[in-house]
Amino acid sequence: MKIESYVLLFVGFFFGLVGLVYWLWSHEDAGSVMLLGTFLLGSVPGFYYLWWSRRMRPRPSDDPDATLEDGAGVVGAFPGSSIWPFVLGLGATFVALAFVFGAWTLGVGLFLAVAALVGVVYESRRGGLV
Amino acid sequence: MTLLADRPAVVEEGSDHEHGAGPSGFLKWVTSTDHKVIGKNYTVTAVIFFLLAGAMAMLIRAQLANPDSTLLSQHTYNEMFTMHGSLMIYLFVGPVAFGGLANYIVPLQIGAPDMAFPRLNALSYWLYLGGGSLMMLGFLTTGSAADFGWVAYAPLSNSINTPGAGPDLWIVALILTGFSAIFTGVNLVTTIYYLRAPGMTMFRMPIFTWNMLVTGILILIAFPVFTSALVLLWCDRHLGAHIFEVSGGGVPVLWQDLFWFFGHPEVYILALPFFGIVTDVIAVFSRKPIFGYRGMVFATMSIAALSTSVWAHHMFTTGVVLLPFFSLMSYLIAVPTGIKFFNWIGTMWRGSVKFDTPMLFAIGFLVTFLLGGVSGILLASPPVDFATHDTYFVVAHFHSVVMSLVMAAFAGFFFWYPKMTGRMLREGLGKATFWLMLVGANVTFLPQYLLGLKGMPRRIAEYAASDGFTTLNRISSAGSVLLFLSVAIFLVNVVVSWWKPIPAGDNPWDASSLEWATSSPPPHHNFLKIPPIRSQRPVWDYNHPEDRIIEHAKARPGGFVASGGVGTVLLADVNVDGEDTLETRDPDR
Ligand code: HEM
Ligand SMILES: [Cu+2]
Repeated sequence: MKIESYVLLFVGFFFGLVGLVYWLWSHEDAGSVMLLGTFLLGSVPGFYYLWWSRRMRPRPSDDPDATLEDGAGVVGAFPGSSIWPFVLGLGATFVALAFVFGAWTLGVGLFLAVAALVGVVYESRRGGLV
Repeated sequence: MTLLADRPAVVEEGSDHEHGAGPSGFLKWVTSTDHKVIGKNYTVTAVIFFLLAGAMAMLIRAQLANPDSTLLSQHTYNEMFTMHGSLMIYLFVGPVAFGGLANYIVPLQIGAPDMAFPRLNALSYWLYLGGGSLMMLGFLTTGSAADFGWVAYAPLSNSINTPGAGPDLWIVALILTGFSAIFTGVNLVTTIYYLRAPGMTMFRMPIFTWNMLVTGILILIAFPVFTSALVLLWCDRHLGAHIFEVSGGGVPVLWQDLFWFFGHPEVYILALPFFGIVTDVIAVFSRKPIFGYRGMVFATMSIAALSTSVWAHHMFTTGVVLLPFFSLMSYLIAVPTGIKFFNWIGTMWRGSVKFDTPMLFAIGFLVTFLLGGVSGILLASPPVDFATHDTYFVVAHFHSVVMSLVMAAFAGFFFWYPKMTGRMLREGLGKATFWLMLVGANVTFLPQYLLGLKGMPRRIAEYAASDGFTTLNRISSAGSVLLFLSVAIFLVNVVVSWWKPIPAGDNPWDASSLEWATSSPPPHHNFLKIPPIRSQRPVWDYNHPEDRIIEHAKARPGGFVASGGVGTVLLADVNVDGEDTLETRDPDR
């Protein structure tokens, strides 16, 4: 987890520095705010990972000497086939259309989106196909 | 070079039902959450957008082949270059890299069973397809498709100058694809952080995976800005928000700030994946490890970081930006880019280089990208930019760059097509595609540098015979015919590979990263067996005991096997037969 945190901290460090220089030099708001946002985007998760990396044992994927046996066990939960991402995507597309042609597609879109959210939640409980 | 010819029986025992034996055909297309299916969907969809955008480009070149041309109306011409640019940038080069190739390859390269969030991954694809379709829908509206250029500058993009549904469709389409990209970014970063196989440390990841990690982070930096800017633009057009309009106290140039804060990182979101492909391809076909691996990683991170602090080099002529800052930062990008070139050449140096099609495309990338990079450095100098801004010189610059990326994309297609389909593409046709593309790209775009220097503005539908632009434009249009032919030959190649397949085997290129350890195409959840990972080149170490970094060890049966009935939990199942031991590099640990 250490290298992972360094990657993000690099982002934080770089944009902290550049943002500061830019602000002092230009006093321009829009760019400075965006650079500040980028600084946060790197440093907040970066420090969190760093904090964690000191509290945990290296994972098998952090350990250059790890063997495959070290990784045996649960990898994670992976859903199988699911229709719901499609339904949600279709719903979102209809919602987007409503912002162009007016409200009538909004109903269809929201219906599909809500149906998809419900569907996903139930599916996660049941466990879909693999 | 089949590494895994003997499939262990253990997998069948662990799972009573066949994996991937789910729905097939159309139902598979809409329901799959397998990163390989989604990656293929993305690739095919992106290539379709590429062909559409290419057709538009041919129309543009046909229009410009003659002075005072009346082939297209002014208005249609505006639609054409806008949609050409938008399709190419937003719907082809980016998605084919991070949604298509990376989606397919990254989990394989790190030994993962899938992306971290498979359903989110599927959602990304559907949002991308939905967004892409909405953008194209603009052609069917009574008005027109978007016609304000792919950058949609204010105030041209307001509701008075470009009214109608087409531009609105463009805006909402890019909001959808923006979310799609952000989700893909999240997925890539999480997958690379959490799903690496044991022993696959960060500094053993292939450079392609590294670059996709950095691209993922760059997506998270850049896309939210663009997506929110589009929402603001929509509010301006429909709610009279006056954010980008002088009349209500707004600031038009703010749009440029927001757009380019996204836009310049975006060009590296497009470029970094292809740098990664080229790095890996060059190493494989030089039969050497990558020269300067850590330097490469650091260069990638520096390029990404610097690319987010140069956005206003697109705004030099607005007169309201800090010229020295943005000019300096733009020059600095040349340093890590130079490191990359050095390392690419260092990788080939004294290697036994094989000029298969992927390698040719990688070399084509190097040559063409060099032209684009050098002209970029010229443009980063404000005095030069004042003279060339909004001329064909800029068009030539970014087409050199973008065409080099297209070549790198073809390097990737030819390299991984065998993995994705289990079939080889024909070498002869591939080489024809390559030469036509290399010559075509340069015949098309080199004259445009000269046109720019002669003063031909970009985005004009016609010019007069007396301007003296005719000959160079004709050469350029002739070059585009070569490009058209090269893509046509590629399509023939694909058809031939389906019609008369040549089986690829697991590892046709004798390559070194993990995706070549599994079958072509890989099974559901990717691996039945993973070789020990003891260096950056686990498959090479395994296949070339004479060249080993570590004591040679047998690949153990292992892989990702679904646990029992529910089928949503994956176990890394390892069969310890006890007969082989792994020697580690560092014996006292
Ligand atoms: C050494 C690296 C590079 C430098 C210093 C550089 C510099 C520049 C500059 C200063 C401009 C603005 C020209 C103007 O509008 O007057 C520009 C335009 C552009 N560049 Fe680059 N560039 C570099 C690499 C790239 C890469 C890697 C890409 C794409 C992947 C790219 C794509 C573009 C595009 C699309 C435009 C035109 C934008 C428009 O439509 O106005 N550039 N570049
Ligand atoms: Cu730029």
